[in-house]
Amino acid sequence: MQRLVYLKNVVTLTLKEDKCNGCGMCLKVCPHEVFGMSGHKAFIIDKDYCMECGACALNCPQDAILVRAGVGCAAALIQGALTGTEPACGCSSRKASCS
Amino acid sequence: MKEKFVTGVSVTAAGAVPVVATRLDPRDYVGILRARLGIRRDSYRIEPGLYAVGSPDERSEILVTSNYKLTFDTVRANIGGLDVWLLVLDTGGINVWCAAGKGTFGTEELVRRIQLASLDKLVKHRRLILPQLGASGVAAHLVKRRSGFTVLYGPVRASDIRAFIGARYRADSLMRRVRFGFADRVKLIPVDFVSGARYVFGAAALFFIAAGISREGFSIQHALESFFPSAVNVLAAYCAGIVVTPMALPYIPVRSFASKGILAGLALTVGLLPFHTLGGTAISVIAWFLFIPGLASFVAMNFTGSSTYTSLSGVKKEMRIALPVQLAFAGIAFILIIADRLF
Ligand code: SF4
Ligand code: SF4
Repeated sequence: MQRLVYLKNVVTLTLKEDKCNGCGMCLKVCPHEVFGMSGHKAFIIDKDYCMECGACALNCPQDAILVRAGVGCAAALIQGALTGTEPACGCSSRKASCS
Repeated sequence: MKEKFVTGVSVTAAGAVPVVATRLDPRDYVGILRARLGIRRDSYRIEPGLYAVGSPDERSEILVTSNYKLTFDTVRANIGGLDVWLLVLDTGGINVWCAAGKGTFGTEELVRRIQLASLDKLVKHRRLILPQLGASGVAAHLVKRRSGFTVLYGPVRASDIRAFIGARYRADSLMRRVRFGFADRVKLIPVDFVSGARYVFGAAALFFIAAGISREGFSIQHALESFFPSAVNVLAAYCAGIVVTPMALPYIPVRSFASKGILAGLALTVGLLPFHTLGGTAISVIAWFLFIPGLASFVAMNFTGSSTYTSLSGVKKEMRIALPVQLAFAGIAFILIIADRLF
């Protein structure tokens, strides 16, 4: 299966491997297979696959993962800038891919 | 309120629970179609709370979902023959992924619904199966601490739920990956086409005014007569951004959506050359070669929100560079078009 990859070297994802207890939760929740596991420690396979959804950080019981979560949606950012509010995704879409 | 999809009632230790059908009826399909076309999609919700599928008992699994009707329909249509409980969270009629991003499909709401539905009386086990895409709103370890229930993240797609349960709660890596294949992208086009139409009207209005300008001043008559080619060009630009870019997404060999849009726009502008809609002078042709890719780029950039793999940091970065370029392209093009008419 081909994989769509967005811009290089932009995402804010970081993993503190010394805090990790190897529970594997981040591997389960990540929709882009960003994490792998090696010897009871999670590691980042490729940061560029990450979409900053925040699922891994929220579900890491050790607080080993940091990411500035948000929705990568230009329309929302423009709307937010024009109205001076927090960018909020209108979510006209993402419906096709959601269950 | 008795919904069409409720076929009966299951009496349990936690109270009466409505039983829902696992086959969709024609009305449901009409609803799905309307939602896909962008009609009435914001109010398409069902009552949150607990539902039964088949004849579940105290050992049956509990699946959690959102109260967006399309999501609810997708889930129940995929679990025919299973005996399970369905806990529907109040996400305001928004699908799981978006609601998780907003936090309405979240730890707070889940814990509240667990208590409201008295799940501890309903079942003997302490497991909940959540869609994986709900994970950006729910912290499994906090749910466990606050309710005693263990959250198991199921597959991304409802069609894999059965396999997930059958494999004793294991999802293979394909079940865990979000896709964005050709069909997924094409499905988004109608809704996006409708919701972005204001850009077309805005641009068309500007060019309508431009079409009326000549050395003799402005005339509506003149605008009506010479507006048609501009309208075709604007529509082509819009389609380059909102139809061609999504369809050709993986094949356009640049990463940022704004650049993908520029390339798609350039391709369509070249394609328009034989049709003489770009005007008779070099200045007018140059103007359209700026305007069409510019608008296409802007529209394509807006498709980031529909895609399933763009990050906030990435979108911010591409916007910082692309927005000024798009504005400059459109601005210069518009000035050139007016100048072309006056001189
Ligand atoms: S969720 Fe956290 S603790 Fe668990 S494997 Fe991932 S990084 Fe390690
Ligand atoms: S933020 Fe989302 S996409 Fe990025 S690594 Fe975490 S779970 Fe994966």
